[in-house]
Amino acid sequence: MSVTYIDAIREAQEKLLREDDRVFLYGQDIATFGGAFKATKGLVEEFPNRAFDAPISEDAMIGMAVGAAIEGMRPIVEMQFADFSSIAFNQIVNQAATHFYRTGMPIPITIRLPSGGTPGSGPFHSQSMEGIYAQYPGLVVLTPATVSDAYYMLLDGVALDDPVIYCEHKFLYRWLKAKAINGDRLPIGQARITRPGKHATVVAYSAMVHEAVRAADRLSQDGWEIEVVDLRSVKPLDLDTILASVARTGRLLAVGEAFPWGGVTAEDVSRVTEEGFHLLDAPPQRLNARDTPVPYHPKLWAAHRPTPESICEALRKLLSF
Amino acid sequence: MQPFTDEVVTNRDFLRSVFQSMLRARILENKLSSLYKAGKIVGGVYLGRGQEAVSATLGTSLIQGTDFFAPLIRDQAGRTAFGEPLLDCTRTYLGSVKGPMRGRDGNIHRGRPEMGMPAMISHLGAQVPVIAGMLFAKRLQGTLAGRVGATCIGDGATSTGAFHEGLNLAAIERLPMVVVIANNQFAYSTPNHRQFACADLVEKARGYGIGGFSVDGTDLMACASVIGEAVKRAREGAGPQMVVARLLRLSGHGEHDDGCYVPAEIRSGHYGRDCIEVAMRQLVDHRIATVDEILAWQNQFAEEVQRAVAQTQQEDVPDPYQEDWTALSTRFPLAQPSVQ
Repeated sequence: MSVTYIDAIREAQEKLLREDDRVFLYGQDIATFGGAFKATKGLVEEFPNRAFDAPISEDAMIGMAVGAAIEGMRPIVEMQFADFSSIAFNQIVNQAATHFYRTGMPIPITIRLPSGGTPGSGPFHSQSMEGIYAQYPGLVVLTPATVSDAYYMLLDGVALDDPVIYCEHKFLYRWLKAKAINGDRLPIGQARITRPGKHATVVAYSAMVHEAVRAADRLSQDGWEIEVVDLRSVKPLDLDTILASVARTGRLLAVGEAFPWGGVTAEDVSRVTEEGFHLLDAPPQRLNARDTPVPYHPKLWAAHRPTPESICEALRKLLSF
Repeated sequence: MQPFTDEVVTNRDFLRSVFQSMLRARILENKLSSLYKAGKIVGGVYLGRGQEAVSATLGTSLIQGTDFFAPLIRDQAGRTAFGEPLLDCTRTYLGSVKGPMRGRDGNIHRGRPEMGMPAMISHLGAQVPVIAGMLFAKRLQGTLAGRVGATCIGDGATSTGAFHEGLNLAAIERLPMVVVIANNQFAYSTPNHRQFACADLVEKARGYGIGGFSVDGTDLMACASVIGEAVKRAREGAGPQMVVARLLRLSGHGEHDDGCYVPAEIRSGHYGRDCIEVAMRQLVDHRIATVDEILAWQNQFAEEVQRAVAQTQQEDVPDPYQEDWTALSTRFPLAQPSVQ
């Protein structure tokens, strides 16, 4: 028996529905059909009147969830693809994210964003939106990279009183398997050292954690010991764990799948530079997707995002200083 | 749409109550305008002059504690009618820390979501799905029966995607919702013919599969019957209801704007009449209130407004050094997972 990343997301929702009357599911094709990726498969049968198909109205879906949260519910909204959350941007950043600061009433909604690239998905079914949402005050942005994190961070995200952007990576859905959901449960806001090392630190999140580990494996054949830090949540950002790692290694590479202008990797580098400049033995580096829309063809796509090869190359450069 | 005037006239208390909210709002807003012109209010002042009959009728038709109301920019009268204290208004405009927004937001961007009145954001149409969601929550909780949610928007907001998405969603769920469109003929300065191409906005109701009503928004009696009926139908389970009230705003978009783009013939036309004067005549003619009573109300409300402003002006404004500067209710780092 094994559990996939998407199984974990489904099981977390099942547990939440079972244990918390305030939770309901809302999204396009999520009820009887079970969702475009089957993250809610069978849940409406198990919990009638707790999972509802939404019209193709992302703005209204989040507005509706905010209203339901005001009246005491804890909606989990599935965007069919993270890319489509652009339609709901206003309700997310202006309605949900400002609500606690303005009125004193928090809005406990969880927005699931099927994120990141898969071969052949093209410009509008591949985006990584975490940096955009993290830029706005009032949102918690989660980017689980493991099966257990996918499970526990969804439980913990829904338990938060604040709006949560839960970025689940589509490539990991069925590719990533674990024997079981293990007990390695960290609180939201704490990063994890996925692989210890001493020569350089790679800070990554979501699917890029796995690419970074592959790169680290390759470099280990040349004797390099690369430490990989999994951010787990990009907001809040666990700067302490990053700085502690950089203190050990003296070198930082921040890797992300999102577009290169600004974003999570820029935040990582600027914070470390600001607060840990004295720890650095080399200029901190960033590696992101390229500054074009995400291309359709698998060959272009594979060269658009960071890969073990490009991470190795960036690390060799970092180690050469 | 049948006139319900006879029935309305018999509801004397309702009409007196609506009119009182109209008058109270007008007096308050006149004061806000003076404060703005005296430089006492920072930011903008947005008035509902000319829209009081529509707004107050809706607010009075709703039951505070049961119903939900998402007022918009020109709904001082509806807010007052729904039970918002005058102090919420003066404190938000003057930035008192004792107000519901504590200086973090201003003017008409205020509310008390815990009391069924969410705080509007500036993005028009955005409150439509929020009200739908509040009602949807009550359905899930099994306490929807007898409840209504309402929101007001202008003619300009009907062009937004949010309005369309929200209303369509409410229609699909057949929620007990009333959307009142105050068609004041200008969205800021943009006239109706640059905003929509249908002959009358109420035609949109049919497209959404919801009830649709038209009313002369300058006529209290007509508003009372039509809006009252729409609220009643929604409450009885007939699904969402749209009311299009035609009127004219009798001021600029905000007090910084003189409304010079409104042509003279529209100002002097039927909808340029002042709904408060119309209402006063109606109440007196139908012997629902006397002139002396109305004058007494006027004095009473002027005093209330004066008291609210005076009290607010003595209150503290926010201190940046005391502000916690956090937009999340959760305090990170979390020591332990919150759910096992």
